Amino acid sequence: MENDLLLDIRDLHVVFDVFGGTLKVLDGVDFTVRSGEKVGLVGETGCGKTTTMKAVLRVLPMPPARVTGGEIYFKGRDILQMTSRELGRVRGEGMAMIFQDPTTALNPVFTIGTQLEAAVKYSAAREKRLPRKQIRERAVAALKEVALPDPERLLKNYPFQLSGGMRQRVCIAMAVAGDRKLIIADEPGTSLDVSIQDQILRLLRGLTDKLNTSIVLITHTLGVVRELADRVYVMYAGNMVEVAPTRELFSQPLHPYTVGLMAAVPKLTGGGIADGIPGRIPDYLNPPTGCRFHPRCDRSMPMCTQEKPRFVNMGGDHQVACFLYTQGEEGASRP
Amino acid sequence: MNGDLLTVTDLKKHFIVGHRGIVAREPITVKAVDGVSFAVREGETFGLVGESGSGKSTVAYTVVGMYRPTAGDIAFRGESLYEKGGKRRSDLRKEIQIVFQDPGSSLNPRRTIKDIVGFPLRLYGSDGNLQTRVRELLQMVELPEDYMYKYPQMLGGGEKQMVAIARALATDPSFVILDEPTSALDVSIQAKIINLLLRLQREFNLSYLFITHDLSLMRNVASRVAIMYLGKICEVAEAAEFFRNPYHPYTQMLLSSIPVVSEEEEELKPKRITSRGEIPSPVNVPSGCSFHPRCSQCGDTCSADDPVMVEVEPGHVVRCHKFA
Amino acid sequence: MVSARILGSAQRSENLRRNWYKFSRNRLSLIGLCTVALVVFLAVFAPLVAPYPEHASAFVDFENASLPPCRTYPFGTDVVGRDIMSRIFFGFRFSLMMGVVVLSLVVPPGVILGLVAGYYQGTWLDTAIMRTTDIFLAVPPLVLALAIASVLTPNLFNAMLAVSLMWWPWYCRLVYGLASTLRNEFFVASAETIGASRFHILFREILPNCISPIFTKMSLDMGWVILIGSSLSFVGLGVQPPRPGLGTMVADGSKYLPDQWWIAVFPALAIVLVVLGFNLLGDGLRDMLAAEEV
Repeated sequence: MENDLLLDIRDLHVVFDVFGGTLKVLDGVDFTVRSGEKVGLVGETGCGKTTTMKAVLRVLPMPPARVTGGEIYFKGRDILQMTSRELGRVRGEGMAMIFQDPTTALNPVFTIGTQLEAAVKYSAAREKRLPRKQIRERAVAALKEVALPDPERLLKNYPFQLSGGMRQRVCIAMAVAGDRKLIIADEPGTSLDVSIQDQILRLLRGLTDKLNTSIVLITHTLGVVRELADRVYVMYAGNMVEVAPTRELFSQPLHPYTVGLMAAVPKLTGGGIADGIPGRIPDYLNPPTGCRFHPRCDRSMPMCTQEKPRFVNMGGDHQVACFLYTQGEEGASRP
Repeated sequence: MNGDLLTVTDLKKHFIVGHRGIVAREPITVKAVDGVSFAVREGETFGLVGESGSGKSTVAYTVVGMYRPTAGDIAFRGESLYEKGGKRRSDLRKEIQIVFQDPGSSLNPRRTIKDIVGFPLRLYGSDGNLQTRVRELLQMVELPEDYMYKYPQMLGGGEKQMVAIARALATDPSFVILDEPTSALDVSIQAKIINLLLRLQREFNLSYLFITHDLSLMRNVASRVAIMYLGKICEVAEAAEFFRNPYHPYTQMLLSSIPVVSEEEEELKPKRITSRGEIPSPVNVPSGCSFHPRCSQCGDTCSADDPVMVEVEPGHVVRCHKFA
Repeated sequence: MVSARILGSAQRSENLRRNWYKFSRNRLSLIGLCTVALVVFLAVFAPLVAPYPEHASAFVDFENASLPPCRTYPFGTDVVGRDIMSRIFFGFRFSLMMGVVVLSLVVPPGVILGLVAGYYQGTWLDTAIMRTTDIFLAVPPLVLALAIASVLTPNLFNAMLAVSLMWWPWYCRLVYGLASTLRNEFFVASAETIGASRFHILFREILPNCISPIFTKMSLDMGWVILIGSSLSFVGLGVQPPRPGLGTMVADGSKYLPDQWWIAVFPALAIVLVVLGFNLLGDGLRDMLAAEEV
């Protein structure tokens, strides 16, 4: 039902004004996250996934970016219409973002304790008035949640004294410290070694299960969402092209882009790598008409250049935006 | 050994990063590479895999001449690259080239593609018009001619890397070091570049030293694989054998933690080995076998003695007390 | 097959247009550009544009002395009857000349020393160059300029010399900081592995990446040099009367404040105009030359 949607992005359009014209980056993005759900957002560089999340947090650089259409509902209220005060509360209380590079996400001149306590303080209006001691206790508890040893001592350390993996755990602790409902993780662990990334992903999965938080996992690595997400969106050039429960997306990818992406991933079983998808991502100044993927698609039809495909329900929460698929109801119930 | 293009013997590269104590001034050393030996045959792709701090990039930079070895030797076609006085030979410079990891910083943002690719051509003299040669090189990496006058910032990550490859091939080398060439790129662009590299290898009979942390990629690229940990090689084997039958606990741990996309691949991963701990600081290398604090199969000798390389199967060597 | 020359020039003109776009987005930069263009125009064409060009040198007309601004003399006249506005136009010549000459003397050696010191960071060469720089920087600039200018004959040339001696270390410092970072970039390592000469690495790889901060600083420095030159003239060590240096004019006019205010105020405003113009232009140059983000 619509009511238990934590995050509901509808037909979002975002453009950037640059030298030479406007970049039509987001061209009608639909994206939903339910309570307690882990959603993966997969797309290559330049597809607009970070722009989408920045729009949700409303941290897009306002010139040159402009929102030209659509709504973003968080807990039922349209974020794009909120005043900055309301927004501050939503950001602090409802959402948190874990950035890609933990080294630059932490302020090097403040201790872990200072930054973590700030995260706790701003996580809820009532928390601001909590006595110092209690805030500290919550900070220690958050560090324990992310399995960091010796939390009391860690609070006094500075970021440079920690390893990359520990810093990432601190960032996660800051995100979960305030009982927030939605965590957006932007390529967590990509700057870390693969064995550490594995630990971090397990940690995230365990935490979100335990606290019933929703998480949006943004990445360009397919293997990562397979481990962590319940449902996966595939994004291309400013549009969502496919969404399905994880298992089904990997066993039965429908959209030609998804198929091409899966084929291009090197397999541990060997056998060489299939050629990537021919062509480049489109020029956002003059994007292709109709379906933005058609110039690179080996199965494109004349219709693809004229109209833009919308999501078509293929059953079982699996939707795909492609004219190759027309069964099911057009734009059926929002998943 | 004969037929080997590049032979690395007991290579060591230590860095002094500071001093301990006021009076004694003991140097604090990082042993980035601490006794590495391997050989690359002509026309093969030798893979070097490892995490951060393993020393794989240091090996690459030393082989190409950016660093001078602290000890050990590097030989090209049997001849040492270093003269008696320790100076590197400059006549063999064109034979060994490198493609760096980050395409953004390996191309000078203030020079055009034509300058970047044309520079080595100009240095080593080339027959024919410079412009034509540049155009040919760009065609070789499947880039259109009009890219000549663009600046690197106008190109996408994959295209920049293709320019870097064209530049490396401009001196007509026999040996190319590829240091994480696709780590910063998306998967579909990575596929294009890897296939390009393999095609160029066949066309020009190149030998590659391929360095990456991505084991799935390595499986599809290398003919032989070596894994490094804290400056030393732990295991070397033919590619299929390496992935099918890993002996070293570190290899097993790494293989078990990679994210894969299909059930068949899951089957291939070693089971029930979760990764533990993190790589220690290279200033404080653990005693004995440097992997022992994280090893699930650590024994008594492991904290005391450093194991030596033994052959467990033909063509498959491991450095671990379990198999001594 | 499209001729390479056509491709090249098409790309070059696109680059120019993009640079202009980046520059012109900020209105203040355009104001700076116009101001500087105006000053340069007035300086170059002073003999043709100034209403009374002969007033720029020794000239007396006591009948029209100390006239307040009016129709015939828009900025008024000074105590010996010379038109202030014409003298200001000619005064711009001295100011600009000072700036151009000082920067020409100062930038090449400063940049080259900075490049060498930065590239050889950690060696004796670095230490030798940078400690010398430190010594020059340790002396208070105006004091140094005054000392030198007073030992030598006071005139414009010696004032420029004095200012140059204290100015070059700043460029050395600036480029040293840039070069020592840039030399660790992979494109430098790549050039080295290919076998580039030191000259190539310093001047074809590293220097082009320093151009932006250097040009920005040069533009801002024009303002500073003019200001210091005017200060020297003000204390009598620069442009000598009867020549119309702006600082000299302010000095002469200050005696007659506040009654004949125009004699000092208009030259002072002219100095402000020039300095402000170059500062705004410098900001615009910085925006334009900043490395593009992907």
